[in-house]
Amino acid sequence: MTASDTFTIAGVELSSRLFLGTAGYPNQSVMVEAVEASECEVVTMSIRRISLDKRGSDTVNLLMNYRFLPNTAGCETARDAILTAELAREALDTNWIKVEVIGNRETLYPDAIELLEATRHLVDEGFVVLPYCTDDPVMCERLADAGAAAVMPLGSLIGSGMGVVNPANIELICRRSQVPVIVDAGLGTASDATIAMELGASAVLLNTAVAKADDPVAMAAAMMHGVKAGRLAHLAGRIPKRGRAEPSSPQFGLVGS
Amino acid sequence: MKLKVNGKDTETSAATIMALWQEETADLELESNRGYAISLNGKVVRKAQWDTTPVSENDQVEIVRAMQGG
Repeated sequence: MTASDTFTIAGVELSSRLFLGTAGYPNQSVMVEAVEASECEVVTMSIRRISLDKRGSDTVNLLMNYRFLPNTAGCETARDAILTAELAREALDTNWIKVEVIGNRETLYPDAIELLEATRHLVDEGFVVLPYCTDDPVMCERLADAGAAAVMPLGSLIGSGMGVVNPANIELICRRSQVPVIVDAGLGTASDATIAMELGASAVLLNTAVAKADDPVAMAAAMMHGVKAGRLAHLAGRIPKRGRAEPSSPQFGLVGS
Repeated sequence: MKLKVNGKDTETSAATIMALWQEETADLELESNRGYAISLNGKVVRKAQWDTTPVSENDQVEIVRAMQGG
């Protein structure tokens, strides 16, 4: 892998294949250190009503040098997601949006129907739409057809740390997709990120795995290495799996034969 | 005048979005409005228009900020 192994979203060339979330860290300085250790270029943010009784933390100013990817986390309808995206564009001066429309509060599983509607609408409004979606190859195709700049299928449930539970689907999506595939949600540790990248993902998006690790800064560095290892292995081309042994040492000149 | 601000009934004398913004965030000691946005009855009001956008009785206003997220 060379320094030129970049990928492009809506004309923006990215050299880091790790997008990092900014929520749930022990404190803001650990968050900033973890973001730095991850070598990411894109950080995700949420949009929430202001709390009038306290000032809150100043994540925006702390991460001014990164590209913001605001999300519509928590929205349950296309309508709410659209308004949240519009507010995010105004708040952060970016037309990039991670569209998340939740169909179920317990599983936080994406609502495919509302998601597609929100994606269509926001693409029409000129947004660069990155939808958080199910690991369904047809859904990913529909979203790309609707103008999504990338698709972000889940590895597993948000915050679950289960890793990539359906590698066959992720591999299929990566192989067929006309837009970059960013595996979002569910990754738990560096090897999960490696697997996602080996399967052909353009990038991964993480948050909880780093923020809630015992040492978030060390885990951010581990994720950075895991992503690079997976990408390199994908480019290198792995050997096929087979159900029998294949000796690697020469079969001639064996001692005592 | 009564408005709904972030889902809460709010009594205000503010005549514009800008005045309402200043009233609602007075205690927050903000240096700028970067990272913040406002919608009026479901439509975003651009920052450049805060000064000239009036608010009226029963309007629904959302004042939001970008914060940590995943």
